[in-house]
Amino acid sequence: MSLPYAFRLLRSLAMLLALLCAARIALAETELPLAALQGLDFKAKAAAISAIADSGSPRAEAILNALTDGRLMLRKSDQRFVIIAAAEDPATLTDALDGSALGSEPLAGLKKIVINNQLRLQLRAELARMQLANPDPHARRAAVEALAADPTPAVIASLVEAAPKEQDEDVARAMQVVIGLAQIGDADPAKRLEGVQAVTGSMLGEVHNRLTQLVARNPAGEPLEPSMDVRIAAGAALRAIDQRRARYELIQTVFFGLSLGFVLVLAATGLAITFGVMGVINMAHGEMMMLGAYTTYVVQQALPNHIEASIFIAIPAAFLVAGLVGIVIERGIVRFLYGRPLETLLATFGVSLFLQQVVRSIFSPLNRAVATPQWMSGQLMVGDALALTWNRLYIIIFSALVFAALLALLRFTALGLQVRAVSQNRAMARAMGVRAGWVDALTFGLGSGVAGLAGVALSQLTNVGPNLGQSYIIDSFMVVVFGGVGNLWGTLVAGLSLGIANKFLEPFAGAVLAKILVLVFIILFIQKWPRGLFPQRGRSAEA
Amino acid sequence: MNAPRTPVSAPTWWDEFTTAGSSPNTAAARLHQGNILYIENVTVSFDGFRALNELTLYIETGELRCIIGPNGAGKSTMMDVITGKTRPDRGQAWFGSQLNLLKMSEPEIAEAGIGRKFQKPTVFEHLPVFTNLELAMRAPKGVWRSLVARLSGEARDRIEEILVLVGLAEQRDMRAGALSHGQKQWLEIGMLLMQEPQLLLIDEPVAGMTHQETERTAELLVALAGQRSVVVVEHDMEFVRSIAKRVTVLHEGSVLAEGSMAQVQDDPRVRQVYLGA
Amino acid sequence: MAVTANKRADQVVYGVLLALAVAVPALNLGVGESSALHVSTYTMTLVGKYLCYALLALSVDLVWGFGGILSLGHGAFFALGGYAMGMHLMRQIGTRGVYGNAELPDFMVFLNWKELPWTWYGFDSFPFAMLMVVLVPGLLAFVFGWFAFRSRVTGVYLSIITQALTYALLLAFFRNEMGFGGNNGLTDFKDILGYDLQADSTRATLFVLSVLALAGGYAGCRALIDSKFGRVLVAVRDAENRARFIGYRVENYKLWAWTFSAMLAGVAGALYVPQVGIINPGEFSPLNSIELVIWVAVGGRGTLYGALLGAFVVNFAKTFFTGALPELWLFVLGAVFVLVTLLIPQGIAGYFNREARA
Repeated sequence: MSLPYAFRLLRSLAMLLALLCAARIALAETELPLAALQGLDFKAKAAAISAIADSGSPRAEAILNALTDGRLMLRKSDQRFVIIAAAEDPATLTDALDGSALGSEPLAGLKKIVINNQLRLQLRAELARMQLANPDPHARRAAVEALAADPTPAVIASLVEAAPKEQDEDVARAMQVVIGLAQIGDADPAKRLEGVQAVTGSMLGEVHNRLTQLVARNPAGEPLEPSMDVRIAAGAALRAIDQRRARYELIQTVFFGLSLGFVLVLAATGLAITFGVMGVINMAHGEMMMLGAYTTYVVQQALPNHIEASIFIAIPAAFLVAGLVGIVIERGIVRFLYGRPLETLLATFGVSLFLQQVVRSIFSPLNRAVATPQWMSGQLMVGDALALTWNRLYIIIFSALVFAALLALLRFTALGLQVRAVSQNRAMARAMGVRAGWVDALTFGLGSGVAGLAGVALSQLTNVGPNLGQSYIIDSFMVVVFGGVGNLWGTLVAGLSLGIANKFLEPFAGAVLAKILVLVFIILFIQKWPRGLFPQRGRSAEA
Repeated sequence: MNAPRTPVSAPTWWDEFTTAGSSPNTAAARLHQGNILYIENVTVSFDGFRALNELTLYIETGELRCIIGPNGAGKSTMMDVITGKTRPDRGQAWFGSQLNLLKMSEPEIAEAGIGRKFQKPTVFEHLPVFTNLELAMRAPKGVWRSLVARLSGEARDRIEEILVLVGLAEQRDMRAGALSHGQKQWLEIGMLLMQEPQLLLIDEPVAGMTHQETERTAELLVALAGQRSVVVVEHDMEFVRSIAKRVTVLHEGSVLAEGSMAQVQDDPRVRQVYLGA
Repeated sequence: MAVTANKRADQVVYGVLLALAVAVPALNLGVGESSALHVSTYTMTLVGKYLCYALLALSVDLVWGFGGILSLGHGAFFALGGYAMGMHLMRQIGTRGVYGNAELPDFMVFLNWKELPWTWYGFDSFPFAMLMVVLVPGLLAFVFGWFAFRSRVTGVYLSIITQALTYALLLAFFRNEMGFGGNNGLTDFKDILGYDLQADSTRATLFVLSVLALAGGYAGCRALIDSKFGRVLVAVRDAENRARFIGYRVENYKLWAWTFSAMLAGVAGALYVPQVGIINPGEFSPLNSIELVIWVAVGGRGTLYGALLGAFVVNFAKTFFTGALPELWLFVLGAVFVLVTLLIPQGIAGYFNREARA
């Protein structure tokens, strides 16, 4: 390619670009009266906001959002309207009108477009109204519910107009509720009653507030609402809401308990395997969880750009790291101590101190935060007021899968058969040709690996620190004892019930007291049933 | 009915062992003295497996009874029930006519006069042989008494006698853990004798013993019967034949056959259980 | 023969304790600070602390070494004894606290409490407090043991349950609502029976009392071990079922040994608190309890002098390492746990006994 030709091409491209820009600005300028936002004339601003909202421009929403958050600025150098990404200095800019990136600029070179509270209310309403036109029904519904906070007559009017046309049932219902809320403020008791009836059944916070106002009494004990019918209807609606709230809270508590319980189950199954098969309490078991959690952290640090996927690498990595350390502990220490459970307890406790200090030396004694992948954050909305956090939901699923895999492993594989054989009669299994030493090492590794997986799950719930494991070892052991040694189903039931019990006690007793109560309960429980919920009976258990 | 306890003084007590032939171990005497142990319809199950199935068994006072049966027939479980270690699901177990064994704890049963030797010799490994016998001695066993207990000269003599009897006089100061397997068996039998029980339950007494030791054990057990009732569980048929007057065969948790050794051996059902179809 | 070996060891123990009781206070009070022979109050207090630890180790050895009950919660009894003493010392502060409240300790004033909780009644009386020093740990141990031993919770189950016990107490004592000073515990003590706690003479007296308590505890344990009770205890450790079938109520023997041991631990805690000047919930931490088990393991369980030896050796090492190489201490402690259990399960005393026998 010859140089002159290239030069010519470049020049014509530049011209084309200039033309396009000019055309665009002209177009935008005519449609969006941004200039009116400048200065302190709030009436003009209000009009401009309405105009922008009605413009149908694809940029309208971004501009109004930025204005609400105080991110809409005027660049002093060229009087161009820009949106900053966040309140930082220098700020990253995008053009307000076309959304193109404009690099960065010190805050001193920008002038903020100011609004007042009234405008802020208007903005919220306008934004919500724009959302009403959103094709996504979820977004439409969220918009309707946002309007409930400030149902101005104009908003209500637009809702009354939109409601009959609305296709989505949920959205239509939400619209009726907001309209009903407005009616509750009406002077006519019949309208008010109609309003109460319209909002009955809704779980919106605003509905609860308004209904509460309706049944309230003044200090003299007289009802504020003159109409008895309205009061009765409001009372009934309130009771219905409270009942549903209580039900949701119950489900929520069970859900929290289940997720805690499943982490306990994961932590305890590892312990149950080593204890059931080898009669060995691995006091370093908690540190295996800690290793799993730190592995998750390290994997994330190694792949800073792939947080979403790193968890899938962390899961096998944590299993392997914890499992290998477990095998090393078994081969190096535990196997010399079989038949001396108390000594094993002490030696493995030594190992746990050692591992904690190793982690402290490498990662510092401070807690480390493990990032939660995007797809695991947020909440799953069930119905209109029940929110289940995704990370806990995933932990439940993950733990259940691991548990099922473990059961399958023990039931259907050769290793599982050998593990069960050794756990029932070590000497006999050995005589039949099972290499007990090898089975022990693998079992220990398996138990430790599962603890590592528990650590991965835990890293999504709390920060990762050197003491992570210590706080779980006693709980895990309680689960094993409660469920009955050598019975994985017992571990499952015990873990889940302890998790749920903990969460149910917390609101009444506080977290610490709840824990104490659970501990005391188990101490008393094993007085009566020393072998746990699902005892292993028979001659092998007598030994 | 409980046989009255003979007041213990060393010489006569020794005679009990040596004058086996003159002890009233006759049918008439047995009839007169009645049963010392009643086990009726006892059922024990573990996880659906019935270790004992409606077991009914009576032991007469002064009798030497051998109990045989294949593995898993319920022999050890039966002993567990008698000594209070295992509680049956159903059934009755009485010691004499007064004492309901199912309502008593292990120490209470031991104090009432039932002694038990385990299948695996169980002695106090870290204590000297002498102390093992001392602790087993029939004496108050409460905590507060133990703080002030002193060994009387009489008691010391009795321990020495038993040491001689079980052939461990030379090992009296040795740690019990250092004894050979056979010696431990003997020590455990010695401890049983120190308890002066009326009923001795002896689980596989000659396992791991030399031929000579086995013979001595047989002599001792035969000598013991008469004043005391002895129940022996044993696999060694030769040994059972040498001591048994009556034999009970257990199978799948209940009594299959009972009678003299010859009768039992001729029983076709027993043959089938032992030899297969 | 073991008995004579024990006699010799006992003579050494009493000899050393006597020497300590005489020499240390004398060199602290009688010799000027400039002299090379002077024992600083810091050193005296440190050794005094070790003496309390030794008494605590003795109590663990009694139940573990002789009774076969591995307690991972004996720190709780120590701490309870310490709290009983601490509460008395708090009441002695009177109006000299920061808030100058005659009735309430500072932390209660701080929490806006109006009156003394019932748990504190009587602690202004020294004899009552001393009674509580043994009674509270003893009662807790009795109730706990009554349940545990009766239902035949043994081995690692029992160990973990004892750990849960101290863990539960740790959590409980952290709570301000319990009324024992919460996180900060009890501290800022002024005097004991009118004697200034900072004075050298008071410190020396406390030191001598610690020596006497240890000697007394040692003699008591020795008498117990040499009695038939001790032999039964060992028998229970070796073959619990056999002991039961011989007619011993095994649970009662365990229960009383356990309760007595808890009381000893309480006394150790009570002597510890005025010397170190503070008691806080940290004493309940499971780590503390398991650490003191390792003292006994290092020294040699099943020999009374081994417990003393272990307490001194490990704590001396701890003082050294936490001062000189703090990062290394947990590595060392971890290694001690592993190596002792693997290589010298009978501890230093057991090792030398074997050498002597060979």
